[in-house]
Amino acid sequence: MFEIVEKKQLAQGTICMFKVMAPRIARKTKPGQFVILRANEKGERIPLTVAEAHPTEGWIRIYFQVVGKTTAMLSLMEPGDAIKDVIGPLGLPTHVEKWGTVLCVGGGLGVAVLYPVARAFFEAGNYVIAIIGARTKDLLILEDEMRAVCNELYVTTDDGSYGHHGFVTDVARKILQERKDVKMVMGIGPVPMMRFLCKTTEPFGVKTMVSLNPIMVDGTGMCGACRVRVGGETKFCCVHGPDFDGHQVDFDELTKRLAMYVPQERMAYDKFKAEVGAGGGR
Amino acid sequence: MNAKDPGPGKQKKERLPRQPMPEQPPRERIKNFREVPLGYTVEQAMAEASRCLRCKKPGCVPGCPVEVDIPGFISLICEGKFFEAAAKIRETNSLPAVCGRVCPQEDQCEKGCVLGKKWEPVAIGRLERFVADYDRTYGRFEMPAMDPPTGKRVAVVGSGPAGLTLAGDLIKKGHEVTIFEALHEPGGVLIYGIPEFRLPKEIVNAEVNYLKRLGVRIETDVVVGKTVTVDELLEEEGYHAVFLGVGAGLPVFMNIPGENLCGIYSANEYLTRSNLMKAYLFPEYDTPIAVGKNVVVLGAGNVAMDAARTALRLGAETVRIVYRRSRQEMPARAEEIHHAEEEGIIFELLTNPVRFIGDERGWVKAMECVRMELGEPDSSGRRRPIPIPGSEFILETDMAIVAIGTMANPLIPSTTPGLETNRWGYIVTDETGRTSKEGVWAGGDIVTGAATVILAMGAGRKAAKAIHEYLMSK
Ligand SMILES: Cc1cc2nc3c(=O)[nH]c(=O)nc-3n(C[C@H](O)[C@H](O)[C@H](O)COP(=O)(O)OP(=O)(O)OC[C@H]3O[C@@H](n4cnc5c(N)ncnc54)[C@H](O)[C@@H]3O)c2cc1C
Ligand code: SF4
Ligand code: FES
Repeated sequence: MFEIVEKKQLAQGTICMFKVMAPRIARKTKPGQFVILRANEKGERIPLTVAEAHPTEGWIRIYFQVVGKTTAMLSLMEPGDAIKDVIGPLGLPTHVEKWGTVLCVGGGLGVAVLYPVARAFFEAGNYVIAIIGARTKDLLILEDEMRAVCNELYVTTDDGSYGHHGFVTDVARKILQERKDVKMVMGIGPVPMMRFLCKTTEPFGVKTMVSLNPIMVDGTGMCGACRVRVGGETKFCCVHGPDFDGHQVDFDELTKRLAMYVPQERMAYDKFKAEVGAGGGR
Repeated sequence: MNAKDPGPGKQKKERLPRQPMPEQPPRERIKNFREVPLGYTVEQAMAEASRCLRCKKPGCVPGCPVEVDIPGFISLICEGKFFEAAAKIRETNSLPAVCGRVCPQEDQCEKGCVLGKKWEPVAIGRLERFVADYDRTYGRFEMPAMDPPTGKRVAVVGSGPAGLTLAGDLIKKGHEVTIFEALHEPGGVLIYGIPEFRLPKEIVNAEVNYLKRLGVRIETDVVVGKTVTVDELLEEEGYHAVFLGVGAGLPVFMNIPGENLCGIYSANEYLTRSNLMKAYLFPEYDTPIAVGKNVVVLGAGNVAMDAARTALRLGAETVRIVYRRSRQEMPARAEEIHHAEEEGIIFELLTNPVRFIGDERGWVKAMECVRMELGEPDSSGRRRPIPIPGSEFILETDMAIVAIGTMANPLIPSTTPGLETNRWGYIVTDETGRTSKEGVWAGGDIVTGAATVILAMGAGRKAAKAIHEYLMSK
C-alpha cells in the first residue's frame, strides 16, 4: 500500500497531483521514468510519469488528468488514503547531456512530465528554451515551476486567453527559424501535438525526442501491449522507451492502438459516473 | 460400472478400467471459467489406487522429475490414509495440488507405468490431485518441523514455482526468506498465465498463504533490476544469498507484416489481462479485454490451448489453433488438446501465418496463411515444416493471439554485473543452480528456457539445498 500524503487539484480540477510515499521507487527514479499504478483490488494497471522524486523523504509526485473511470476514481482519493500498488521506476531515464541549446515543448498534462526533464537539462548546463501550452489560460499548469528551470519560457493558449494565441508548434517553428543553435527538441504532450511538433521540426533537421504513452499492462516487457513502431521496427515502449526519436515514430499506429478499448472505457466510465452520482470525477 | 468389463479370461490383475475423471460437460463449461475436471470422489480414488501393482521396480518413479514415491503414496490411498499420502508426496513435491493438474503425466510418470504397456496406466496425476485437494479441504494446518533461526537472510526474486519451492525449503532450515515479486500478486505463471478453469487461483493462494504462515515475507511490486538491484540486495540490504527464479517472461512475436494491428495480442498479454487482471469479469474489474468473434491462436503448446479456451469462454464464435507442424508435434499436454477439441476448437495444422491484414481503423480483419508439409528432421529431431508454394489462403479473423513461445527478460542480467548468460540470454548455472556470481543462484525457466512447473520446482529444491550448504559453511 502506498499512502497519498498530499493532493492538489489544478487546471480547474481537470488535473490532479498526488504526492505518494514510495520509498524504494523514490530512491531510484530518474527524470523521464514512470510508474505503473493500480488504485485498488479491482483496478487496472496504468502508467504515469513521475514528475518529481525525493530520495531521502521517500515520496514521488505524479500528475494525472481525469479521462476515464480509473483516473476519476483516483481523483476521489484523499491524503491518508492508500493506492494499492505502485511499481517502478520503469522505462529508461531520459538521456541527458550538455548539448548547448535545447528546446522543450509541452502541452496540457505533458508539461508535468516535461518539468523534470527540463530541469535535468537545465542542471546539466544547457540553455533551455521552453514552450508550454494549454487550451485556455485556466488549464495551464506548472508555469512558475517551469520558469525556474529554463532560460526562456513561452506560453501559448489555443484560445488566446494568455500568452501567444495559437499552438506550441507555432512558437517552436519561429524559434527554429530564428536561431540555428538549437541542438535538440524534447516534446511531451498529447499524441497529435507530438506528431505535429515532429512534422514542424523535421525540415530543420533537429533531433526531436518524444515521450510516448501507449497502453501498458506490466511495464516490464512481459506482455507487448506497449509495442510501438519506430524506424520500421517494433519496440516495447516500457523497456526501450518511453523516449523515442520522434521522426522515426509511427504516430498513426500509436493513435490507433491507443483507441483499442475506447468502447469499453466509455462504458466503464459511464457506469461509474452513474454509480457515484453527478460530480463524481468530472 | 463400465460396460467394457474384460470378462473371464487371461486377465489377472487388470479388472478395473482406469477410472474416468468427472468433468463439466463441454457445452456448459465453455460458458464459465470454473474448473473443468471436478476431481475424484473417495470411492473413485480408492478404486483407481487399487489398480496399482505396487511394482518392486516401478516404471513410474524414474519418469517423475522429482521422483515422488508413487507406489508409496498410492498404497496409503488404498489404506484410506489420505493425509499421509499427501505428506508422502510433499516429501519431494511441494505443490501436489498444482502438479496433479498441470504436469504432463503422459510424458512422465504415467508413460513409464507398467500397466500402460498392455492396458491403461494408473491415473497417477488424478490421484495426486485427489490427495492434495483432500488434504487442503479437510486437513488441519500443522506447523512443520522448523530448524532454529540461523540469522542468515535469503532474497528470492520471482514467486513462480521455482521461487515458492525454494522459499519453503529454506524457511524450514531456519533462514530468513523474503520473496520479491514484480507483479502485484505472487504465483508467477500459476497466477498470471494458467487460467482459472485449469488451475483455480484459490489453490495457488493456499500455497502462498502456507509459506506466509511459515514466516516467508513477500514483497510484491518490486521489479528487481529497476526498483532494487541484485547487488543492492546483497550489499546494502544485507541478504547473504539471492535466488533468481524470474521465469522466461518475454513474449516472442512472429515478426510478420501487420502484427501491431489492434486485436493482435501476445498470449502473455491476453492471459494476463484475463487471469491476473480478471478482465473476464469486466466491468466489475476495471481491465478491459477485446472480445473476438473469429479468433486465431498461433502455436500449439499449453499456452496456446489456454488462450484458445479463454477466447471461447469470453464469447468467441469460432476459435482456431493455427500450427505449422502436425498433430504429433503439438507440445501441449494430451488432456489440454483433448479438452480443446471437445470444446469445439478447430485445428488448422500444417498451416503458417504469413501476414495480417487490417481495416481502416487499424484492426485486424484477416490473416494470410500458407499450408505446410513436413520435410527432413531439424535440430530438435522434429520434421521441419516447409511451405507449399501456391497454397496461400486468407482466413478471416478479428483477433489473433500469438503463442509461439517466450524468451528471457534481459532486465536482471543487464543490471547485474558478473552474471553470466548464454547466447539466448538464459542464466548459466551448474547442476545446483549456482551462477557465475558469488552468492547468486538461479533456477526454473530463466535457466532452462520455458519448461514445466515440475522442472522449475525441482530446480528450486536443488538450489535450496545448495544455498543452505553455502550459508552454513560461511
Ligand atoms: C499459459 C501457460 C500455461 C502453462 N501450462 C503449463 C502446464 O500445463 N504444465 C506445466 O508443467 N507447465 C506449464 N507452463 C509452464 C510453467 O508455468 C513454467 O515452466 C513455470 O511456471 C516456470 O516457473 P518459474 O518459477 O521458473 O517462473 P515463473 O512461473 O515464470 O515465475 C517467475 C516470476 O518472477 C517474476 N519476475 C520476473 N522478473 C522479475 C524481476 N525482475 N523482479 C521480480 N520478479 C520478477 C515474474 O513476475 C513471475 O511472477 C505454462 C506456462 C504458461 C505461460
Ligand atoms: S509403474 Fe504403475 S503400477 Fe507400477 S507402481 Fe508405478 S503407478 Fe503403480
Ligand atoms: S507494458 Fe507489457 S511489455 Fe510493455
